[in-house]
Amino acid sequence: MKKIEAIIKPFKLDEVKDALSSIGINGLTVSEVQGFGRQKGHTEVYRGAEYTVDFVPKVKLEVLVDDNLVSQVVDTIMDAAQTGKIGDGKIFVFPVEDAIRIRTGERGSDAM
Amino acid sequence: MKKIEAIIKPFKLDDVKNALSKVGVQGLTAYEVKGFGRQKGHTEVYRGAEYRVDFVPKVKLEIMVDDDLASQVVDTILNSARTGKIGDGKIFVFPAEDVIRIRTGERGKDAI
Amino acid sequence: MQNINTGDTAFVLISAALVLFMTPGLALFYGGMVRSKNVLGTIMHSFIIIGIINVLWMLFGYSLAFGPDKFHLIGDLSWIGLRGVGMAPNTSYAPTIPHEAFMIFQAMFAIITPALITGAFAERMKFKSFLVFIIAWFVIVYIPVAHWVWGVGGWLRNLGVLDFAGGIVVHASSGAAALAAAIFVGKRKGFGTEPMIPHNIPLTIIGTGILWFGWFGFNAGSALASGSLAANAFVNTQVAATAAIVSWTVVEWLRGGKPTTLGAATGAIAGLATITPAAGYVSPAAALLIGLAAGLVCYYAISLKFKFGYDDSLDVVGVHGVGGILGTLSVGLLASTAINSAGANGLIHGNSSLIGIQALGVFTVVVFSFIASLVIFKVVDKLFGVRVGEEDEITGLDLSQHSEIGYDLSGLGGSAGEFVTANAFSTQSSEVLSVSDETSLTPDNLP
Repeated sequence: MKKIEAIIKPFKLDEVKDALSSIGINGLTVSEVQGFGRQKGHTEVYRGAEYTVDFVPKVKLEVLVDDNLVSQVVDTIMDAAQTGKIGDGKIFVFPVEDAIRIRTGERGSDAM
Repeated sequence: MKKIEAIIKPFKLDDVKNALSKVGVQGLTAYEVKGFGRQKGHTEVYRGAEYRVDFVPKVKLEIMVDDDLASQVVDTILNSARTGKIGDGKIFVFPAEDVIRIRTGERGKDAI
Repeated sequence: MQNINTGDTAFVLISAALVLFMTPGLALFYGGMVRSKNVLGTIMHSFIIIGIINVLWMLFGYSLAFGPDKFHLIGDLSWIGLRGVGMAPNTSYAPTIPHEAFMIFQAMFAIITPALITGAFAERMKFKSFLVFIIAWFVIVYIPVAHWVWGVGGWLRNLGVLDFAGGIVVHASSGAAALAAAIFVGKRKGFGTEPMIPHNIPLTIIGTGILWFGWFGFNAGSALASGSLAANAFVNTQVAATAAIVSWTVVEWLRGGKPTTLGAATGAIAGLATITPAAGYVSPAAALLIGLAAGLVCYYAISLKFKFGYDDSLDVVGVHGVGGILGTLSVGLLASTAINSAGANGLIHGNSSLIGIQALGVFTVVVFSFIASLVIFKVVDKLFGVRVGEEDEITGLDLSQHSEIGYDLSGLGGSAGEFVTANAFSTQSSEVLSVSDETSLTPDNLP
């Protein structure tokens, strides 16, 4: 079992979600996050006082998948989230020891 | 490759980010979370009705690093986030299997 | 009571309500500009002032400011508790309306003036110390200055100083106190290094609208009669506010890159503050010039805090102090007896003496208010300490001073908190006043 996390541009969320649905991924968790990386932030000016905001708004996806699906899910997210410009984001893959569905107590693959 | 997660006091975010930049960390993700721990929450009072809020606002950072950098990054966060008071937060280290840059498809170390 | 004019009375009472409305408007104007953790603390500054000052005003403030003169410096206590301030007119102040109507109209000015100062020490002042400062400032600065400029027998009034609706009494005096506050109270933690971004500019725009609306009562109402002078002051108010929006936005666009919403709103307030002393003495064409000048001068004035390093958090000095001084001097330049026969001619109408009198009046009050405010702060600091502790400042005034938050976003995730008790009056309630990590009961966080 793996956890795949992806940090993507917020406007790409729907495309990625639809693409994942089409390969049978029906559950994921989304959070709004702030990213700091190569993409530049922006400048705000209030009564002449200028602030640079380094953090850029991003969306973080978390998906749990069986080992044999990892590369397909990674490719799907990559294709759907790509614009070719700096700031497209990253995908991370982590090992996961167990998953449990709270309602039923099912574990492992059954819980996904 | 490791993923380092840190739960810190929100007002320390900029200090930590700047300290990490200095040791060569080029990207991180941050978001607002609520923490429940040793730090006490607060009480709100509205027209005499009193509410105890145990969850304290925190910021969670996530940073991907090469194995050999992990301890330096942990130390950097430790030094820049510390105030010496209860509620300074915690740092967690997780194994990570892969990183993919969405724009280029680069993998592993190159994608960090 | 045959002298009572019902039209005038209706106009002044409505104007008084309009001026009252300005202070909650100011609360929103300021509240939007602070960080979200301080929105209620900032609003509360203005709101509690309405309560306290009005009570003091009726008890003794009105008598000391407008009562029978002593030494040209202050009124006496013969109108204490509004004794003798009745339904018949006071012919020296407003011969066609009840004395009570004049008194309550003036009360609204006494309320908003100290509220203006609060923008200078926003986000860091201890609530108890704030209350003591405001009460002392009201008694030591506002009451005498109102008497000097507006009270029968006041020495600046006798000199011929003209202040139609409060350029000196309201704006210059509060602006000078604001400078003292910013210097004495010190910078907010992180000023100049951390972002201190206005958390809700739409709130500030609502406040701007309320202030502007109320300002018609402030300026036109100061004619104290419903007639041609009120109409002239009304028109001038609108002309100056709009001209200052235009000039502020233009200079900001040319110099800073982009025209900002907060800049346009600030321009309007600068124009309104600047026309205040002149509204009933100058023509609309002159008001246009005054408004244009206000936008330019105040735009540059708010940058002074970065140059000199004082944290006038919400720009009270740059907008109200500088606006009040500029407007008062502009009366000396542009006033015309053709507009107001009770006034005087300014420099462009051949009278070179008025500008000197205006300058003397406004600078005397600025120096007096600045020094008196510093002394009051010094005493309050010795007694209670003016600032909240560092941990409370980081937490924000809403929680640390008031046990409230402005925005409950618990619906978006997280806990809304569990209900503890509805008995706020139990003797145990003080134990919950500590909000910082380890703070236990100390004299500082007791009510």
